[in-house]
Order: sequence, then structure tokens, then C-alpha cells
Amino acid sequence: MTLDIHLRHAFPDFRLDVDMVLPGGLTCLFGRSGSGKTSIVNAVAGLLRPDDARVVLDGMVLNDLPPHLRGVGYVFQDARLFPHMTVAENLTYAARIRRRKVEGQARVVELLGIGGLLSRRPGTLSGGEKQRVAIGRALLATPRLLLMDEPLAALDEARKAEILPYIEALRDETGLPILYVSHALPEVARLATTIAVIEAGRVAAIGPAAEILSDPVTAQHLGLRDAGAVLTAWIASHEEDGLTRLETAAGPLWLPHVAGAPGRAVRVRIAAQDVILSRVRPVGLSALNILPGTVVALHEGHGPGVLVRMSLGSEFLLARLTRRSAQALGLAPGVAVHAVLKSVAVAQADIGAASPVAR
Amino acid sequence: MLDWLSPEAATALMLSLRVSLVATLASLPVGVLVAYALARGRFVGHGLLNGLVHLPLILPPVVTGYLLLLTFGRQGWIGASLWDWFGFTFAFRWTGAALAAAVMAFPLLVRAIRLAIEAVDPKLEEAASTLGASRLVVFGTVTLPLILPGIIAGAVLAFAKAMGEFGATITFVANIPGETQTLPTAIYAFLQVPGGDGAALRLVAVSVAVAMAALALSEWLARRVARRIAGR
Repeated sequence: MTLDIHLRHAFPDFRLDVDMVLPGGLTCLFGRSGSGKTSIVNAVAGLLRPDDARVVLDGMVLNDLPPHLRGVGYVFQDARLFPHMTVAENLTYAARIRRRKVEGQARVVELLGIGGLLSRRPGTLSGGEKQRVAIGRALLATPRLLLMDEPLAALDEARKAEILPYIEALRDETGLPILYVSHALPEVARLATTIAVIEAGRVAAIGPAAEILSDPVTAQHLGLRDAGAVLTAWIASHEEDGLTRLETAAGPLWLPHVAGAPGRAVRVRIAAQDVILSRVRPVGLSALNILPGTVVALHEGHGPGVLVRMSLGSEFLLARLTRRSAQALGLAPGVAVHAVLKSVAVAQADIGAASPVAR
Repeated sequence: MLDWLSPEAATALMLSLRVSLVATLASLPVGVLVAYALARGRFVGHGLLNGLVHLPLILPPVVTGYLLLLTFGRQGWIGASLWDWFGFTFAFRWTGAALAAAVMAFPLLVRAIRLAIEAVDPKLEEAASTLGASRLVVFGTVTLPLILPGIIAGAVLAFAKAMGEFGATITFVANIPGETQTLPTAIYAFLQVPGGDGAALRLVAVSVAVAMAALALSEWLARRVARRIAGR
């Protein structure tokens, strides 16, 4: 799958000027609110008619079509369920208006865990339930592309944690390309296979998620506090003391219990500010995780901080330290270092499913 | 059941019910269309259409009735053609009373429906379009069910207005017993003759009863629909 998006549009207060080619998988449009992310997905859906647009999905030109002929599903931030219909009627809406048989309803209902809600009305559902039904409704319209505009933004942390696994399953099991708008980095780190950073109506950076997240230069765009790389790992074993041993390209990683059977692939986001660097392999340290690697790049910001990108085999890790520390350690590209990471520093919310093919 | 009414009064009541029902039902589709155009449409003449629809509310009813006569009377610029081509005329017929009632009630009908349409979140309609619904299908499956309470309220209001219409009716189609003599014009006629007060009062009681019944019916319907639309 490829999705070409070329858009130009002059809003009263800012200009949208976007050129990008997206691969399959889940692409996150990441950026601050007001950066133009929603305008981009609205233009792809046909809800916004830009001054100049070219949107091509796998050779099919979408930009001349009205929204209802584009075959593009849309999950809105506010679920927008039809209040006068039951959950089941909402789910089958697309099939009913086309007078088609509903296909794959059982599978979608199971994937989203909404079997118990079918006869309910939207007014009686929780925010998380509404959003799952909205995802199901969009999927059952059998779209060629799914747009999701901050589908979790209106939900509290518990509801987010409830829905994230469903979106991961969508990404890994359906093969449906997804364009996902978000301004929450932890969410992006868990879900994205590709990241496009949107700033002031333009694409500031675009690339595979692991690269963008571990690139010290783009990390500036993502927000320093939230900067952090994503490692792909496999669950090796659950140990007696409650820790789970994960295998990464750089060696073993012990984290507080990670759900899943041994062999399951997971993505672990490691915040840059939780990583300590050492020139020699430390001994007599309480931290369990010590991963050897090599410094690839340093990026100095305006403040006293430095972002260091180090490679661990085929993966990258990002560490945030002070400029003073970096000088004291003599860090420079090519220098061998050890990354030290406290097990408990990784939050459960930063561990998600990974599709083996997404690597 | 209508024994206590004089035959003349009973005839006026039945005629009024028929005139009001026909006026309401016939203007309903047009009313929905115009309300939708006014609520959602962005077109040249938007303000003009809006003004035209509301004109009968502001004009003296006699003026509206006279304009109807000029337009739809047998010599009128539309009325003459209707008569020549179809042998049909509104003038001094019960259909004319229905036309007058419909025109007078139209602003109330459109206003109620327009408010209901404006209350429908356009985001729901957008959502429907991304699910494959054309504009017409969106209207039929999302907008229309959601504005049903407004349509009912508008229809009841229009019906009540039609039941009470006097000035335009008497000007356009006069006061012919059995043909154009509606409830209000009958009351007026009874009051013109000595000893007619009793008959007039009975018709007044009927008017009140019909109005109350219509209101109760609409309340009940609207509550049912509102519950459905709140998504509970």
C-alpha cells in the first residue's frame, strides 16, 4: 500500500503545505494541536476540500471523489455514534445503506470486545465503549484506509489502556493501512510503524517509527520530556520474583511483569531521561539492565541538555543527559558506552504489542 | 356525538378539521425542504426566501388573503392558468381555505423544523458520509429521524394555526356554509345574528378541546421521539 498526499490550503490563520508518501501499516501524524493534523485527515476523507489536493491510494485518485465514494473509514475523536440507533444498528449502518450483507461482523465484534453491547443505545455507553463501537462501525464499512483522529484524546488513562490493545490488534491482524492523528507521544510510540511529524502545516520529519523516535534531531520536535526510543523485544520468560525477561537485539532486559506468553513480540518505549550512560560496564549497581552499545550521534539543544543516540545492534536507544556529563564522559560518535536502565522506570503503558512484520 | 351542535356548526367543525389536516399534510414536505435549505443551504436569495416564508406572519392576514385572491383567484395570474388548463380553482372552495391556512401556518411550520435541523450536529452527518452515505441517504437515515420531534411540533403548531385562521380565509374564499365556513368564520357568523351566542359558545368550547387534544398528542409523541434520539 502507498498513500500519496499532496495538499495546499490557505486557512485564514495558517497555510497547509504537505507532501508525503506513506507506506502501509499504522502511520502517526504527530504534532501539536493546531499544527494541521486533523486538516490533513479531513482532506483525505473528503470532509475538507483544499485549494489544491492530490490524494492517491494505491493508484486510485481520491481527491475528486465525494466523501461517501472514497472508501475511507474515519474514527473521530468524539465517537459520533448515531444516537437514534442501537449499537448493532450503528455497526451495520454502512452495509444497510448499501443494501449489502454485513460481512465479518462476528470477527470485528470479537476483536473489539463489544459483543455485550449490541442491543444497547449509544447514550448508555461509557466513553471507551463508544470509541470501540465507532472503530467497529468504521471497520464494517470495509474501508481501504482507516483514519483515526485522536481517538483516545477524550478518554482517561484507564480507558486508553483498555482500547490501545484493540488498535494494536487492528494494526497487526487486519493489514488495513491506518492514518492515526495524535499529539501524545507514548501513544505514538506504542502504535506507530511510521511517524510523520507535522509542524505549522508542514511535514517536519517522516520515517519509520524506530528511527524517528531515536533520532535526536527529530526528538526535539517530539518534545524533550517525552523523547524516548522504542525497542522491539520478545518475551523470554516470566521469572519467580515477578520480573519478565525480554530478549532485545542488545541483550536481555528485565522489566516488571509484562503480560503475554513467552515468544510474544512487544514494543518497549524507553524514555530518554530514564537512561544513564557509563563508559565502563558498571558493577555493584542496583539497576538490572545494562545494555552495551555505541554512540551514534549527539544533539545539543538550547538548554544544558544533550540527546545521545546510541546503537544497540540493529536498534537504537536515546539518552538525555547534561552537556557537562557528556563532556566529562568524552562522548562522541563511535565511543562505546553502556546504557543503564532501572527496571521499574518502564511504565506498563509503555509496553505494547508488536507485530513481527512491523520490525 | 355532535348532536348538541347545530348541523351548521357540525359542518363547520368537520370542514375545519379537513381544511387544517390537508393544509398541514400538504405543506409538510415543502416545509421540510425549505427549512433544510434555510438551515444548511448557502445560496443566493437565502435572505429573500427567509423573508418570503415569514411574510404571512408579519403582514395583516387580510393583506395575505387579498394577495392570494389576486394570485389564485379565477382572474389571478396563476389562478387563471389553473382554471384554463385544469378547470381547477381555489377561489371560494374549501381547497382555497386549505391554501390560505397553509400559507398562514407555513412560517410556524418552517421555524420549528429549521430549529430542529440546526440542532442536529453536522458532525453526525459527516460521519455518515464517511460510511458511504450520499447526501440524500444521510438526510433520510440520520437527519430526518433526528428532526422528527421538530417536524411533529411544527405540524401540530401549523394544524392549530390552520384551525384558527380567520382573516386570510374570509378574504380569499369568503364565508360560505358547507364550502368555506370554518370554525372561526362560523363563530363570527353566529355572533352576527341575534341569539347566536349559544351556538358560538359551543363552537368556542370545541375549539379549545381540539387545541388541547392536539397539544397533548404532540407532547406525547415528542417525548417518545426525544427518548429515542437521546440514545437511551
